[in-house]
Amino acid sequence: MIIKFKLNGKNVAIEAPGGERLIDLLRERLNLVGTKEGCGKGECGACTVLLDNKPVCSCLILAAQVNGRNVMTIEGVESDARLRAVQEAFVEAGSVQCGFCTPGMILSAAALLRANPKPSRDEIKRALSGNLCRCTGYEKIFDAVELASHKIMKKAASK
Amino acid sequence: MADYQSDDKCFNVVGSRVIRVDAVDKVTGRAKYGADYNALGQLYGVSKYADYPHAKIKSINIAKAKSLDGVRAVLTHENIPGEKSFGAITANQMVMCTDTVRFMGDVVAIVAAESQEIAEKAADLIEVDYDELPVVSDPEQALADESPRLYETGNLCFHHKVRKGDIEKGFAHSDIVVERDYSTQRIEHSYLEPEAVLAEPGENGGITIVGTLQNLYNIRRVVARVLNLPLNRIRLIQATLGGSFGGKDEVMSSICCRAALLAMTCGRPVKMTNSREQSMRESYKRHPYKMKYKVGLSKDGILQAMEIKVYADAGPYSAMSPFVTWRSVVQATGPYIVPNVKTDIYAAYTNNCYTSAMRGFGSPQICFATESLMDELAELVGLDPLEIRLKNILTDGSTTATGQTLNHKVSVGEALNIVSKKADFKARWQENRRQNINQVIKKGIGLSCSYRGVSLGAEGTDAAGVGISIQTDGSVVVYTGLVDMGQGAATTISIVVAEELGVTVDRIRFLNADTTAIPDSGPTVASRTSFMAGNAAKNGCAELLKRIKPVAAEILSCPESSLEFKDNKISSRVTNKNLDYGELAAACFRKGISLFSHGWYKGPTTTWDEHTGQGDAYFTFVYAANLAEVEVDTVTGQVKVTRFISSHDLGRTLNLNGAKGQVYGGVAMGLGYALFEEYGQDDGRPLLENFDEYLLATSCDVPEIDVIFIENPDLLGPHGAKSLGEPACELAAPAIANAITNATGLRVRELPLTLERVLLGKALSRKETRGSLKARSRKQ
Repeated sequence: MIIKFKLNGKNVAIEAPGGERLIDLLRERLNLVGTKEGCGKGECGACTVLLDNKPVCSCLILAAQVNGRNVMTIEGVESDARLRAVQEAFVEAGSVQCGFCTPGMILSAAALLRANPKPSRDEIKRALSGNLCRCTGYEKIFDAVELASHKIMKKAASK
Repeated sequence: MADYQSDDKCFNVVGSRVIRVDAVDKVTGRAKYGADYNALGQLYGVSKYADYPHAKIKSINIAKAKSLDGVRAVLTHENIPGEKSFGAITANQMVMCTDTVRFMGDVVAIVAAESQEIAEKAADLIEVDYDELPVVSDPEQALADESPRLYETGNLCFHHKVRKGDIEKGFAHSDIVVERDYSTQRIEHSYLEPEAVLAEPGENGGITIVGTLQNLYNIRRVVARVLNLPLNRIRLIQATLGGSFGGKDEVMSSICCRAALLAMTCGRPVKMTNSREQSMRESYKRHPYKMKYKVGLSKDGILQAMEIKVYADAGPYSAMSPFVTWRSVVQATGPYIVPNVKTDIYAAYTNNCYTSAMRGFGSPQICFATESLMDELAELVGLDPLEIRLKNILTDGSTTATGQTLNHKVSVGEALNIVSKKADFKARWQENRRQNINQVIKKGIGLSCSYRGVSLGAEGTDAAGVGISIQTDGSVVVYTGLVDMGQGAATTISIVVAEELGVTVDRIRFLNADTTAIPDSGPTVASRTSFMAGNAAKNGCAELLKRIKPVAAEILSCPESSLEFKDNKISSRVTNKNLDYGELAAACFRKGISLFSHGWYKGPTTTWDEHTGQGDAYFTFVYAANLAEVEVDTVTGQVKVTRFISSHDLGRTLNLNGAKGQVYGGVAMGLGYALFEEYGQDDGRPLLENFDEYLLATSCDVPEIDVIFIENPDLLGPHGAKSLGEPACELAAPAIANAITNATGLRVRELPLTLERVLLGKALSRKETRGSLKARSRKQ
């Protein structure tokens, strides 16, 4: 079937064979390789994308399921102010090591900050518990989310 | 927060907070990892794995697979033009098995097809007829005479020994002699990025491979021998690496050979990408160790003698086992003065998944044993864990178990005192024991400490190169044969170059490793990159400065000695004039002065006598102490690590942000080793295959971590720096184990410290595979 959806703010219409996973559509056919596959089983969170602003594992979603919906990948974050703040915070807080979990982490963090602009450390830990990281020990990722929260609040206050 | 205990030498860039050079690419999704590479007209390669952990291959029938539509090649060992096996010491690792499979990750055939699906289907259609052989699964039993053999020569992979003093006399002089056994489990590196390569046949009859490559030169040597091509026809390029931790070496040699064979056969690019299941099945693991310690000490707690026997599970292939166990034999007594030592370490072949390098490289196992042991000994002689350590600890001028005199600042005692003071260890340790009685949630605090040889030591020749090229606009290109696999080498080496040349880090572009660009710099292992590449970079920069300084002096009309290179400018303290770096570079170029240099550094000499196990094993050492606080739920056995302090003498902090990241990540990895992680196997068959059952520490499991760096600059290190990556992850498990004992009063001598081990003192682990893995094995 032909599916129509919004991808990083732009309309997409594409043939989606039955059974095709969203991650394969993104990586193999739309060349959006920023979304990473770490386990193919919804355990590591590296393939996290936002579906209608909520984090989902794109390895567990069929392409056909996004028909009529809104998908955001790491490639789209620069067009979104909240996501951009998270990206900047990850750079500034030194939260990146190998970077393979980073796109998924950033999207999960952005979804958290949308729902809860000023999360506590514990709320951050819980919100990111579906995104595994093998390099950083998470410490600086928590710092980045707090920094991003601060940036977003400051921006909102200055408006 | 990182606290500092340091001298006050002034730097412009070194030790400051620098933004990672690859951070922006990684947060935007632009960074290109192995699986992100594609080529026009590429085929997809898939491996056919063994069905048994140990079996004779009677026949391989590829006819059905070959006739499937879309299949372009099906190859077996018969299609290998060169050598069929490889290995650094013993070449027994098979690219594709010839007549025997020796573990479940062995490969018997490979397929290239127009799509991944077709290739997988074809692999399923390959029919292999086997005669099952008895499985060897325990490294100690493997060495018994009656054990079935993996090789005609027997199951001994390697034996290292250390002999110091007179062990019998040492025990005779002891008031107390005790024996304790410890064991550690097989764990998976769990780099989040599974293996991936793209092999493209080249115009010169060679091949170019880009992918998840940690040790490019090792891998290139193997590909050359297997393909029977000269080294200069093989070009390996490192993609941005999604973690490695020692894990993307031999497994990548195999995968690169397979992809290259398919690509050469088909004359088309071939991409091979492992799923997590395939990665866990075929990639090597950290060695499980069985460690037997017999210790003699005086009644006031002074160590007199240690007799140590260790059995390491090598799996079926030698790989890095001889080197991994060598580090263990050197460090087996822990950071203590022991006058009489007899250590024997045996690596034995089994039909479990093979084992090789993983972050720590033979130290996490040893640290678990020695540091658990010290707490047990303290209890026996009525000392606290800090007292017994300080009574026996190595200090300046001490002699190690291998007879090496430590002629540098030995700071392990200092590290112990720092972490203990910070957490008020002595009082808390006593207080917990009193207050825990009748509590459901019991509190514990535990210590651990280590010394660790820097770089390869007597394992092999130690040298590395860095290429530095100043561009005519004052920007700089830097590349080296050592890789950034996420640990931050690109940033650290850029910092050294920035400091030396007087440019800012943002003016430097660091390129991923490429075997055609720089000579063999050895492997990116042994926490040697900052030390080796840092020194090579310093040498390269010194050479460049020698060439460009006279030009700058001429332009600024001042003596060379008055020049200052800083922040992309050259100024003279005499004339107060300034010169932009780009202008200087352009002026040099116009004069025909080379703006490229190749810095090379060869490490200091080490010595080793393999018969006595004596020698100056490493040119220098690093020292560390860790402290863990836990809460143990005595109803469930659940352990929560509530606080962690990690103190390291790293010589000098080059990259502050990177250094802290190494410690946080190392502690989290060590915490997983302590509490959750185990790649379980039953009779050679894996019990799990993905992160649903292989449990890594999540964001909810990590405690607050205090990092305290001690800086005793090393005479030889770049600006005094030594190493950090591996020490950061070797001490968490024993600190946590000791904290658990402080809480519960029970000692668990095997890892991981799962709920049932903590609660009952023994494992209740299932023997059966389950879930998807079981369904799949039924299908077979």
